[in-house]
Amino acid sequence: MTQRCYALSLVGTAAPGCAPRRSPAIAFAVLAIILSLSCSRQTANSPNLKPTAFGAAIVESSGGKQTAQTGSLLPQPVVVQVNDEQGTAVAGAPVEFSPAPGVVFDPPGGFSDSSGQVTTNVSLGGMAGRYQIVAFTTNKSHTKVGVKIEEIALGYQQTLGRHLNDQYCERCHNPESTVERVSNYDNLEVKPHPFSEGDTLNKMSDADLTAIISHGGPALNRSALMPAWGNTLSKSDVQALISYIRAVSDPPFRSAGPVYAKD
Amino acid sequence: MKEKLTSLWQKLFGDSVRAFGVVSLVFLGSLAIAPAKNFFSEWRHYQHGYLKMIRNRSDANTLERHFQDGIQQIWLPELGVVDRCTSCHVGLKEASLTDVSTQPFRTHPPIPHKLDQFGCTVCHRGQGAATTVSEAHSSTLAWEQPILPAKYIESSCGECHRGPLPGTPQLNQGRNLLSREGCVHCHTVKLSDGTTMKATDDPPSLSHIGDKTTREWVYAWLKDPQAYSATSTMPNFQLSDDAARDISAFLIANSTPVAGDTAALSAKASADPPAGASLYGESFCASCHAVQNAAGNMVGGDVGPELTRVGSKVKTEWLQAWLKNPRTYDPGTAMPHYRLSDPQVATLSGFLLGKTDSDLLAKVHLDAAAPEQITHGKRLVSDYGCASCHEIAGIKKPENFAPELSRIGSKPVTQLVFLPGSQHTLPDYIATKIKQPRSFGQGLKMPQYTFTPAQIDSLTTALLSLNDRSNTLPSSLAVAATRESDYQPAGKAGKLMTDLACFSCHRINGHGGDMAPDLTWEGSSVQRPWLVDFLKNPGTLRPSLIRRMPRFNFTDGEVNELTDYMMTVYQNPAVDRESMPLSGYSQGEIDLGKQLFYGKYACQGCHIVDTKTDKGYIGPTLTHVGSRLTAAWIYQWLKNPQTLRPGTGEPNRAMSDEDARALTAFLISQKGGAKQEVAKK
Repeated sequence: MTQRCYALSLVGTAAPGCAPRRSPAIAFAVLAIILSLSCSRQTANSPNLKPTAFGAAIVESSGGKQTAQTGSLLPQPVVVQVNDEQGTAVAGAPVEFSPAPGVVFDPPGGFSDSSGQVTTNVSLGGMAGRYQIVAFTTNKSHTKVGVKIEEIALGYQQTLGRHLNDQYCERCHNPESTVERVSNYDNLEVKPHPFSEGDTLNKMSDADLTAIISHGGPALNRSALMPAWGNTLSKSDVQALISYIRAVSDPPFRSAGPVYAKD
Repeated sequence: MKEKLTSLWQKLFGDSVRAFGVVSLVFLGSLAIAPAKNFFSEWRHYQHGYLKMIRNRSDANTLERHFQDGIQQIWLPELGVVDRCTSCHVGLKEASLTDVSTQPFRTHPPIPHKLDQFGCTVCHRGQGAATTVSEAHSSTLAWEQPILPAKYIESSCGECHRGPLPGTPQLNQGRNLLSREGCVHCHTVKLSDGTTMKATDDPPSLSHIGDKTTREWVYAWLKDPQAYSATSTMPNFQLSDDAARDISAFLIANSTPVAGDTAALSAKASADPPAGASLYGESFCASCHAVQNAAGNMVGGDVGPELTRVGSKVKTEWLQAWLKNPRTYDPGTAMPHYRLSDPQVATLSGFLLGKTDSDLLAKVHLDAAAPEQITHGKRLVSDYGCASCHEIAGIKKPENFAPELSRIGSKPVTQLVFLPGSQHTLPDYIATKIKQPRSFGQGLKMPQYTFTPAQIDSLTTALLSLNDRSNTLPSSLAVAATRESDYQPAGKAGKLMTDLACFSCHRINGHGGDMAPDLTWEGSSVQRPWLVDFLKNPGTLRPSLIRRMPRFNFTDGEVNELTDYMMTVYQNPAVDRESMPLSGYSQGEIDLGKQLFYGKYACQGCHIVDTKTDKGYIGPTLTHVGSRLTAAWIYQWLKNPQTLRPGTGEPNRAMSDEDARALTAFLISQKGGAKQEVAKK
C-alpha cells in the first residue's frame, strides 16, 4: 500500500520542471498525500490489545536524570513499574508515555510485563535543556495516574563541556568509581563538589566558577587541592564546562530554565 | 433570473465608459494581489510576533535596535548558501534571549561558528531561499532535503572537519565504526582529500584455518557468530544449514597447513586451573582479551578476540604453537610474541582449553564433505564476498563488491526504495538499511549486524556527512584530519618491537594504539637503568590502572637492544637530558620544593610521594620518581605538560623557573628510600 503511495508522489516530484503539467502534478501530490495519510492511519490501527489488569500507582524504576545529546537516544532505557495499592507489581496494566516536544518513545507505551515493568527507549528533542516526560497508567476507576521523569539534553557547548569534564574533572568531582575509572574523591581531604550538587553550585555565579576553574581553589579561598586550569583550558573551554555544570545541576540552575513539559 | 443577469450586465458593461471603468477596477484589484500576498506573508507575521514579544522586555531597546525589517538573507557564494532563515528566526543572534523557548524566536545555542560566515543550511539543511515555513523545512516538490533531524546534526560538522572533534562524539563514533566494524571492506568510501577510508579491524586469514579449528566450529560460527562470541564484529549472514555446511566444507578443504604451526610441545597441555589463571593474570592477557564472567559481564579489553569459549574452537597443537609464537601463523597479528617457556605454554593452553561451551557444537553433526558441496561452498564464498574481509587462498578480493558510499549523504530520495511504514527521508532509509539490511528484498547480500540503536544513529550520522558538499568543498574550508603515520622503527630493535607488537598498545611518532603511554619522547623522559629494570619486570606506575604492561621473558641482549634504541632515538629536542643533574641539589631547594608540592600546588591531590600520608590516585605514584625520570624532563613537564604530551590530565600551572627548579629538586630526591645524595652547602 505504502509503495503505491510512494509511486504516486514520485510522479509529483518529477513534474515541476514542466510548467503546463503542473496542475495534474499538484493533483497527484494531493492524491498522494491523502493516500499516504490513509496508509499511515491503517498502520496506526494495529490490533489494539486490551489491558488485563489495572494498577493504582506508577513509579520510575530506572532511567531518570540521564544526560544525552540533543535529539539522541538516552544511554539507558527508561523503565517504569505499575504497582497496586500494596505496592506489589501489576502485570498487564496499560502504560503510556506522554511526549514532550520532540521526544520520541520506542515503544510509545504498552502493557506491564510479569514484573510490572514497561521499558522504552527515549530520544530527546532537538533543544538543549530539561525534558519532563510523563508515564501514565490507568487505574481501576479509569483515571490516569502518572509519574514525572526528568531527562537532560545537552547542546553543543554542554557536550564539549562533558568531554572536558571526562578528561580533566570527573576523576575527583565524581564520587562514583567504575572498573575503568577509579574515583579520587575519597582520597581528598577537602571533598570536591559533584557537579550535580545544585544546592552549592547554583549559588555560585558564572564569574565565580570561571575564577575557581581558571585560577584554582585559593582564588575563592577554597581548597588548594583544586588546581588552576586557566593555562590548560581556553576561555571557551571554561565556558563550555560551566554550561555543562549548569546543565546537570540538581536542583536545576536558575528556576529550571526552559522546561519542555506537556502539562 | 435571466432578467436579473441581463440588468447586471447592463449596469456593468452597458456602455463603453462603464465597461472601461469596471475592467480598470478589475485590473487594479488584480494588481493588488501581489502586495497583499507580501503583506500577509508568514515571515511578516513572525516579525510582528517578535516585535510584540520583545516590547515588554527590559532589553527591548537593544533588541529593537538590532531588529531589521523585511526579508533577511545570508549570501555566501563560496559555500553556495542563500539563507533567508533569519527573516523569521529573528532572535538567533540575540544572546539575551536565552529564556525564550518559543520558536522561531529562540537565540541560537553557542557554537564555534558565526551565522554570518556559515549561514544556516550548511548545518541544518532545508531550503534556505524559501520564505514560507513548509517550503523551508520540509521536503517539497522542488526541494528534496528537509531540515536535518537534531540527532544527525553532527554530520554537518563532518562535511568540513575530517578528523574527530571534541564536541562531536556521535560523528567520531560513527566514523570509527565504519572502519572498525569493517563496513569499508565492502563499501568503498573515498574521502575528499583523495584517500580512501581504511578498515581498522583485522579479519583473520582463512587460508590455513584447518590448522586452527574444526569444520564443526566453522559451521556453528557461520550460523551465528555471536553465539560463540557476543562481542564479535563478524555479522550474521543468515545462511541456511546447507549453505553453512558447504562453506565450512570448502574452507577446510581449501586450507593449507603452515610449517611449524602445529609443532608438538615437549610438555603436554596441563589442566592446572589455578596456575593457568595466575599465568593468564600475570601475562595481562585481559588487557586485550575479554572473558564473559558468571554475571554475564565482559571482563577485559577489546583489542583481541573474546576468549569465553575458546576451548570449543581451537585445536590444542595450534593454540600451543600460537602461544609460543603467534607470528608463525599470522605475521601481522597484534598479539605480542611472549617468549613463554614450554611449561608455561602447557599451563596457559590447558587453562584456555578449559574455557568450553558444550552447547556450542552439540547440535552440529556434519558428514564428510562431498566434492560438489565443496564446489558449491566455493561459489557461495565468492557470492557473499567473504574475501572482501578475509584472505582466502584461491579467491581474489572482489573489487567494488558493495555500492560506493562516498556520496551517500546526497543520494536522491527518488532513487531509494523504502520499507512499508518507514518515513521517506534519507536518514531513515540509511538507519533502516543498517538495522535490517535483508528486509529490503530477497537475495540481498548485506549481512545482519548487531548494532545498538545508538550505534546505528552514529553510523547514520557519519554516512550523512559523506555528501556532495563534503566532496566539492574548497580546500581552503576543509579542516584536515591528522592521519595515522606509517612510522616503523628501524634496525634490529625495530624488528624486536614488531615482534613484541609494541604498537598494539603504545603510540610512537603518530603510529600505534592508545592503551599505553605514548613513547615518542621516552628517551628524554626516563633514566636508562630504570628502563632496563622495567622491561625485565614491569610494574605499574598508576595504582588505578587495570591494564598493565605484560612481562616478556627477555634475554639481557634484547633488553639492551631495546633500551639503547629508545634512549637514543626517542628524544625530544626541547629536553636536554644532560642540562640538569640527577643529584646534588641543595637541601634548601629540596625543602622549598616539598613546601610547594604540599602547599602552593597541592600535588598530593593526585600524586603519592609519601605512601603514609598521600592518597592521590590519579597521576603516577612518585615515590621512586627520582630513579625513574630525568631532571630535565621533570622540569620541562612542570613548565608545560601539554607540549610534551598533548591532552594529559596534568594542568599547566604556569610555574616560575624557580618553583619548577625547586620542585624538580624535591622530586628527583624521591628515590624510594635509597640513599639520597645531598650536596652540602
